Amino acid sequence: MRRLLVLIGVLLAAHVALLFVQPRGAVAEDDSAAVDVGIVFDVGGRGDKSFNDGAYKGADSAEAVLGADIRFIEPGEGSDREAGLRLLAAQGMDLVIGVGFIFTDDLTDLAVEYPAVKFAGVDYAVTLDAQGNVVQPPSNLAALKFREEEGSFLVGAIAVLAGGSKRVGFVGGMDIPLIHKFEAGFRAGVRHVCADCTVIAQYAGVTPEAFRNPGKGKELALSQYQSGVNVIFHASGSTGLGVFEAARQTGKFAIGVDADQYSEAPGHIMTSMVKGVDAVTFDAIRRAREGTFQGGIYSYGLKEGGVGYIYDDNNRALIPPEVIDRVEQIKAEIIAGRIQVPSTR
Amino acid sequence: MTTTIARRRVEEALLPPLVALLVALVVGDILIILVGQSPSAVFRLMLSGTWGNWYGFGQVLYKATTLICTGLAVSVALRAGLFNIGGEGQLAAGGFAAAVMGLALPPGTPGVVAIPVCIAAALAAGGLVGAIPGVMKARFGAHEVIVTIMLNFIVLAFLNWIVASHLHVPETLHTPEMRAGTVARLMEWVSPFHGSAVNASLFIAIIAATLVGWMLFRTRAGYELRAVGLQPDAAEYGGVRVGTVWIRTFLIAGALAGLGGINYVLGYKHYYEEGFGGGAGFLGIAVALVGRNHPLGVIIAAFLFATLSQGGLAIHALVPKQMVEVLQGVVILAVAAAVPEVRRLVSGARGGVAA
Amino acid sequence: MTASSLAVRMNGIHKSFGPVRANRGASLEVGTREIHALVGENGAGKSTLMRLLAGLYAPDAGTIEIATPSGEMRDVTGWSTADAIKAGVGMVHQHFMLVRTLTVAENVVLGREPVRGAMLDVARALRDVKALGEQYGLRVEPERLVGELSVGEAQRVEILKTLFRGARILILDEPTAVLSPLEVKELWGVLRRLRDDGATIVLITHKLDEVMDISDRITVMRHGETVARMETRDATPDVIAKAMVGREVALMGTRNEERGSAVDTATSSALVPRSSLSVDTLVVMNRGLRAVDKVSLSVAPGEILGIAGVEGNGQTELIEAIAGLRTVAEGTIRLGDRDVTNASVRARTEAGLAHIPEDRHRRGLVLDYSVADNLILGDQHKYARGARSVWALDDARIGANAQDEIRRFDIRPPESALPARSLSGGNQQKIVIAREMGGSYDVLLASQPTRGVDVGAIEFIHAQIRAAREAGKAILLVSAELSEILALADRVAVMYGGRIVATLPRREATEERLGPLMTGATDTTRPAA
Repeated sequence: MRRLLVLIGVLLAAHVALLFVQPRGAVAEDDSAAVDVGIVFDVGGRGDKSFNDGAYKGADSAEAVLGADIRFIEPGEGSDREAGLRLLAAQGMDLVIGVGFIFTDDLTDLAVEYPAVKFAGVDYAVTLDAQGNVVQPPSNLAALKFREEEGSFLVGAIAVLAGGSKRVGFVGGMDIPLIHKFEAGFRAGVRHVCADCTVIAQYAGVTPEAFRNPGKGKELALSQYQSGVNVIFHASGSTGLGVFEAARQTGKFAIGVDADQYSEAPGHIMTSMVKGVDAVTFDAIRRAREGTFQGGIYSYGLKEGGVGYIYDDNNRALIPPEVIDRVEQIKAEIIAGRIQVPSTR
Repeated sequence: MTTTIARRRVEEALLPPLVALLVALVVGDILIILVGQSPSAVFRLMLSGTWGNWYGFGQVLYKATTLICTGLAVSVALRAGLFNIGGEGQLAAGGFAAAVMGLALPPGTPGVVAIPVCIAAALAAGGLVGAIPGVMKARFGAHEVIVTIMLNFIVLAFLNWIVASHLHVPETLHTPEMRAGTVARLMEWVSPFHGSAVNASLFIAIIAATLVGWMLFRTRAGYELRAVGLQPDAAEYGGVRVGTVWIRTFLIAGALAGLGGINYVLGYKHYYEEGFGGGAGFLGIAVALVGRNHPLGVIIAAFLFATLSQGGLAIHALVPKQMVEVLQGVVILAVAAAVPEVRRLVSGARGGVAA
Repeated sequence: MTASSLAVRMNGIHKSFGPVRANRGASLEVGTREIHALVGENGAGKSTLMRLLAGLYAPDAGTIEIATPSGEMRDVTGWSTADAIKAGVGMVHQHFMLVRTLTVAENVVLGREPVRGAMLDVARALRDVKALGEQYGLRVEPERLVGELSVGEAQRVEILKTLFRGARILILDEPTAVLSPLEVKELWGVLRRLRDDGATIVLITHKLDEVMDISDRITVMRHGETVARMETRDATPDVIAKAMVGREVALMGTRNEERGSAVDTATSSALVPRSSLSVDTLVVMNRGLRAVDKVSLSVAPGEILGIAGVEGNGQTELIEAIAGLRTVAEGTIRLGDRDVTNASVRARTEAGLAHIPEDRHRRGLVLDYSVADNLILGDQHKYARGARSVWALDDARIGANAQDEIRRFDIRPPESALPARSLSGGNQQKIVIAREMGGSYDVLLASQPTRGVDVGAIEFIHAQIRAAREAGKAILLVSAELSEILALADRVAVMYGGRIVATLPRREATEERLGPLMTGATDTTRPAA
């Protein structure tokens, strides 16, 4: 018994002693920042190399360029999403951003509760009321939405024109309307340039796990490649890493999503359908800084530069210049409204 | 002499976790220093973000509510010598059943009827999922660890499939809001709790813990349950049907974990959402271990882990999330490692040789 | 005894476990090249004293010294088991510490494996173990799995293991409790050879015939103190027994006077079939073998049927099948006129069956439960508020029952809240006896009722069993101690290889006749019953 009490004493003393350690570079509160921004990621979102990291990148450059002070929170469980937003709102942030459609309800509630704080939701899901009209978010909440179907349309065209096969593939993550937008745009893009081409579309599952299952992604991709597909477009989070692996193994091609994913499988990523999450995040912070922030629904498509595809030194060899010319022409037609891109299957 | 025995029991129960906690604190200090922050600042922020204000305190209470239930689910099973790794699936099943029941009830059903019905649904669904490994073990000798782990996958996949294919609100991962059976948030009675998710489920969880304590230590069912856990051969000799106790225990354990589902569903969001458990079922194992399988210990341990979780959010600006997870791991490891060791220190090698 | 010939000297030893004071000023002197018997009742502190010597615990006060090779005494108070092993002190425990899934050789070399490179040198291990066994006459088969061994063989392995580690001072804790008479004789041979080879042996026991048989010197303990020391040649069993319990006792070895078969006596002449036990062509399987092979027997009210036999010949399976703990493959079991072949344990209890199981640590007690809680094991449903309910237990009645049984059966210390684990073996057994014999029953299964129990407690338990017979109970007694069977039984059945090979009336059952039967020789004078 005595030995135990001594042990407790020693540990207590060690703890108290360590409390006084002040490492150099420990954060002191910075009150001079031009704008205080809080960002809450989705559970397990950071490090996805696409969507959440895009928001991080945008915030990072806002910190450097605009002098913003950014705080990040990555929740550990479902109820932490609201808690994280609330913590930041209560700390007097100027702008609080929730990254992912899953924040929709919590952001709506909090925007009402904290009218003095500005909120923004990336991929905020706009709901319809009983009459089918769009429900406007509160005036201090900006819903940042993307027209993914437009970017998907372009990479659909590229997949056929540069892929050399009448069969192209699509691997989705979770089977939900959000991902159906990618598939719908992709299908329409394929049909637009090749009416008799077929699209093989498969989903990794019906649970959020479907966005984190590279093994399943590889399995789906391999079977598609074996059926004569040369190019697969994925919209499946880290499940796509398995698609890339399959492309590398079979010597075929894949199209990345959300961010430029060329480095994940150099030589096999034909292009990527990029969502400008970083640009949109940066833009929201900039407007908060300049005092021009407004609530409402913001939709970012080809016209606003919110979505696009990658064509640079990395993949120049994979796509013939005449294909690019054709794609740029389609892009102009979409921007001009001459091509209507469907957002549902 | 009786008082000496009682005092020794209390010391044996409390001191080892205390040592473990202190070890975890010191390791935490070192980790914080390693990431270049000041331990005093981090701990101050952690404390102020949890017990230091009403909102944070409310969140701790909210998180503790689920953990009390899942911790009880593990500890009741362990008392009978069974490992219940299936808390996650049982929790989800309970939450799902409560949400569906709340949807099925006619709108405007009074709470006195709707709440008990929804709670009963949660208990029944959790109990059903829980009973499966009990039956499999008693009838076919299947090891409960494997069965419970596999059931987690099956139950979660099945529920998510139902939600995704039949029940979800478009563009979300959750079911429609319940029409009846929601329980009150504490902020409706205590306004400083404003915004925090803590709700009346907390009292239900504490009542459950009290009942479990009474059952374990004061009833014949508990007498037989603990005997099966300590010495199954002696229990069998004492006329206890061991297989029946296994099934009954898993039923109770599953129902307790299922009860945890009402915290989120009835008390907070009023719908079932995929992954709402967020690992609380698994964390229940740690809660039971740290709580030494005693209902009171489980409540204390649930508060500890809830504080760590909410505190982890509060210190996010200074310390990465992974660090908080490491700290949680250290607490679990320290307790698991320290307890038998320290117990030996305390009591000498009491009966050390008799196997 | 001169200091130069001493091997061990322990002086003024105190050791407490919480409220239990196991040793209070005990002392011990053991010479080299001697077999020293450490005797005393259970709970007298013998095992504790020896565990202190072997380094399992440290004493609260007192000194422990052992002789160095040069003959000087070295203070080793509070040393560790590792130090003790290094200095050649080894202990063979009552409960074996062997790994059942390893072979004999692997168990023996465990911790000191001969290696070749990084690999266990299996061939050398086998060779070494075999040679060592032959040297001391310890017959073992090194390749066999320990899990397949009989207790006697397991004990030999345990002794070999200790010798392999170089033990020169060997402590044996009640080694004969699990052995057949033949095996005991063999063990004595081994011990004598070891002594003549220069080893020192401390034998913990409470069996006085063994003490007289094998030991050179004797130390007697009582209540944690050393009360007597003597040379065996100067001692008599009566003197030792008196020192052990502090008063005159009727020794177990003295036979109860020849008694006619109970069937003839007045108490059981009323033929009440309701209260008798009958077993008909019973077959019980264990691991695919017929552990009990067509056994038939019956016990009349007021009769004790003793089952003699070397352990592991089906007695355990027979008793457990009757008690409802094993499924019956063929045959029937009846309690009175009721067929209980497939009845639950509780139904049998309700039908009047009481059972003292052979292993109190595994079956008879929940060691971490209090004495009071153990005293209701099997009857817990009767202590619920409201019959047959799963609701609250009635603590007041449980406590009253405990106080009553503790007083009637002299359970010490008289603390109903203590965990059963903290009591001595004899007092633990008294809990079982009190519970099973304290209530109402018609048929008693008594399996090894006095195993590991001291002389005083044996006397008490035997008196209880005799009183139960006088009260008209039907008693089936299984014991590895032939002397116990002979002291109590009215008829003696011998079990060998799962069968009953002979049933003899007490007056015909002599050690000479039973001994060969127990080892498988067929009895030519009388056919098997």
